[in-house]
Amino acid sequence: MRVHAQRAGALLGGLMFPAWSMADWTLNMTPGVTGTSNEIFSLHMTILWICVVIGIVVFGVMFWSIFAHRKSQGAKPANFHENTLVEILWTIIPFVILVIMAIPATATLVDMYDTTESEVDIKVTGYQWKWQYEYINEDFGYFSNLATPRAQIDNRQAKGDNYLLEVDNPLVIPVGKKVRFLLTANDVIHSWWVPDFGVKKDAIPGFINETWTRVDKPGIYRGQCTELCGKDHGFMPVVVEAVPEEEYNAWVAEKKEAAERERELTQKDWTMAELMERGEKAYQTACAACHQADGSGAPPAFPALKGSPIVTGDMAAHIDIVVNGVSGTAMQAFGGQLSEVDLAAVITYERNAWGNNTGEMVTPKEIFDYKSQQ
Amino acid sequence: MSAVADTHAQDHHHGPARGISRWLLTTNHKDIGTMYLIFSFTMFLLGGTMAMVIRAELFQPGLQIVQPEFFNQMTTMHGLIMVFGAVMPAFVGLANWMLPLMIGAPDMALPRMNNWSFWLLPCAFLILVSTLFMEGGAPNFGWTFYAPLSTTYGPPSTTFFIFAIHIMGISSIMGAINVIATILNLRAPGMTLMKMPLFVWTWLITAFLLIAVMPVLAGVVTMMLMDINFGTSFFDASGGGDPVLFQHVFWFFGHPEVYIMILPAFGAVSHIIPAFSRKPLFGYASMVYAVGAIALLSFVVWAHHMFTVGIPITGQLFFMYATMLIAVPTGVKVFNWVATMFRGSLSFEAPMLFSVAFVILFTIGGFSGLMLAIAPADFQYHDTYFVVAHFHYVLVPGAIFGIFASAYFWLPKWTGHMYDETLAKTHFWLSFIGMNLAFFPMHFLGLAGMPRRIPDYALQFADFNMVSSVGAFMFGATQLLFLLIVVKCVKGGKKAAAKPWDGAEGLEWTVPSPAPYHTFATPPEVK
Repeated sequence: MRVHAQRAGALLGGLMFPAWSMADWTLNMTPGVTGTSNEIFSLHMTILWICVVIGIVVFGVMFWSIFAHRKSQGAKPANFHENTLVEILWTIIPFVILVIMAIPATATLVDMYDTTESEVDIKVTGYQWKWQYEYINEDFGYFSNLATPRAQIDNRQAKGDNYLLEVDNPLVIPVGKKVRFLLTANDVIHSWWVPDFGVKKDAIPGFINETWTRVDKPGIYRGQCTELCGKDHGFMPVVVEAVPEEEYNAWVAEKKEAAERERELTQKDWTMAELMERGEKAYQTACAACHQADGSGAPPAFPALKGSPIVTGDMAAHIDIVVNGVSGTAMQAFGGQLSEVDLAAVITYERNAWGNNTGEMVTPKEIFDYKSQQ
Repeated sequence: MSAVADTHAQDHHHGPARGISRWLLTTNHKDIGTMYLIFSFTMFLLGGTMAMVIRAELFQPGLQIVQPEFFNQMTTMHGLIMVFGAVMPAFVGLANWMLPLMIGAPDMALPRMNNWSFWLLPCAFLILVSTLFMEGGAPNFGWTFYAPLSTTYGPPSTTFFIFAIHIMGISSIMGAINVIATILNLRAPGMTLMKMPLFVWTWLITAFLLIAVMPVLAGVVTMMLMDINFGTSFFDASGGGDPVLFQHVFWFFGHPEVYIMILPAFGAVSHIIPAFSRKPLFGYASMVYAVGAIALLSFVVWAHHMFTVGIPITGQLFFMYATMLIAVPTGVKVFNWVATMFRGSLSFEAPMLFSVAFVILFTIGGFSGLMLAIAPADFQYHDTYFVVAHFHYVLVPGAIFGIFASAYFWLPKWTGHMYDETLAKTHFWLSFIGMNLAFFPMHFLGLAGMPRRIPDYALQFADFNMVSSVGAFMFGATQLLFLLIVVKCVKGGKKAAAKPWDGAEGLEWTVPSPAPYHTFATPPEVK
């Protein structure tokens, strides 16, 4: 009852007081914070004003005719048509305008394509529906998931300031350095976009695309996936934190240490309760988008795990599917995405949650051995 | 000339057959044209209903009405139904009705094939719409159905979608062959190519575009079919395939397709504006050349839909320049329409209102198109609501307003009655306001950074989305008025003269209104 009352309240509130206070009436593109985004902005404004001027001239003549040359005002039609000079002029003048426009556009484009001499290289991989960031020279990486609670999306809770534009682990880059992004995808095509940087590039499975940015102003910049990538396409934001260099270096050192600690965890002896606790968290971030938090799935694309013969049957087959995926379906290979600890935790969790009570568990060490045999 | 047509209609020709067989078996271009138009309007309402679902969900941030899975099915089906079910068949319907009347031919050149190409369409759309009720739902990967989202990750109904596309393609190709055969062979004596009405010209060029690109579409969906069902890897990178290949092949079809949906409207408007300006079209020859140039250029600009996929910079530059070039012939057309109106004697009946709105709003869509052509700027616009605004500005006031203008222009000829001018003007103004309210704010949303095809959005996009939804509901509801106007006009109304518009020109106005079941059994002479 209370849940229903809450929902009704939220819905009513939403209807009566739509997000007017939160929202704004932005009309135009913003210049952004990088050289590229500023160049794009000035191109955008130039072409916009050219269009406005042409529009005023053309529609001006048209509206003049509409007002002055009406039959109801007794206008008598002229009979002129075909005038070679006029026709040549209105072919050549637009052409010249286009050439003038193409010159700065070409220069900007050449600049955007120059990915050489980068100081930081980051591999960005699109997954359904999250981003993975790997610092290829530093030997660590992590996933970045939507952090907006489901309750806000379902209108059971008031929406936060950064609704749908917040993640658990943002990408961190140093200011004032040329950062090169290498983009690819694990499943379908995604597109990585940060409007403030003027950077948008498709992440395509089997391809590695390159792009770059140099941010001079520290801050948090937000964007979204811009290529339809399935059900949760609208729910995989990009958040980038640009920080001063010292802060960045400290962050990198900390991350490397954490990655090391994570590797050590594999050797630890885990209890069932510990695995179940960790498994539930890992399941929520890695599996719940498709198989749902209660294991009910969304058949036929995403089978239910609750009572599933795979999850309650042979352990080896279960491990194989989670680690290697099922080719030709939406089930990804999680062997490279999750640590051994998380893989063991997720598998243990799936075998014992939602009434699957098999009582079986698998340890990180066993997963490690399984992966090394492959 | 009309006297000739009259006597023939009355003496030894049969009228239409009775009952359902008239419609099932007919080879009469007027009957088939009517069926195409009715089918198209039905699909327009269906696709429009889906747009209403989309706009209702986007009315506010948060998920209220539908879940993302179903939202994606709605955007996909809305696009497919509007492109293949509403706009294309409407123009084929207009072609069927008007081409023989305009060139003084007794019927289309291949009447039986004409019947077949129409009846394939309801079959194709029955299959397509039935996917909504299948397990796993309808196609949910956007009307552009990019692989591998539509292959490896597509729902089981994708195979039915492919089959439906194949059938639609066959129908379109047969329709195009028929148009070309009719125009090239059945013109009245004396009607040289450069004396053909512009609607005939634009349709001739459109038909060649159709024949050139529909097989490419068939090819790309066949490759999908193989990937899904027969283990090939055309678009699957893990099997050595190439997901970007899909986009190249798709857009090689897709970009000319855009012109297939607009060129016949160019033609119709080029009749309507002179008629209501009571002044000849400013530059007939340059209009013909401009349409030809647009059609040719449409084959070498496809990758401007793919500026962010990472094509090499030389490719990027080529496609940017080629795309910008299209502005030149398009400009020529717009300047011509304006020069035709200049110093005319203008009146604003419904066809003219829709045509003037066509010129203004299509030009706005052309401006945003020019902006999108600038590759570096496109990195910001690409796949945002700016693109949604752009193509709705060229397709709604372009294709759809062009169709409404044509319908009101020729309704007296089809039904023998004048439509209700007051209602038609109401239809126009409500459509005009609703359309601009729905789509203009989308420019702002895109520039502010809202991606397209999302069921839910960040809070800063809330206001304009609400405005846009209100406009969309208004535009949608208004279209029922059109149905009312047409039904009313078919049932009765002021008797229409053979030539109800004093400035109109062309052979179609020499036959009585309504046009008899058979016309031009003896070809008229064109001087």
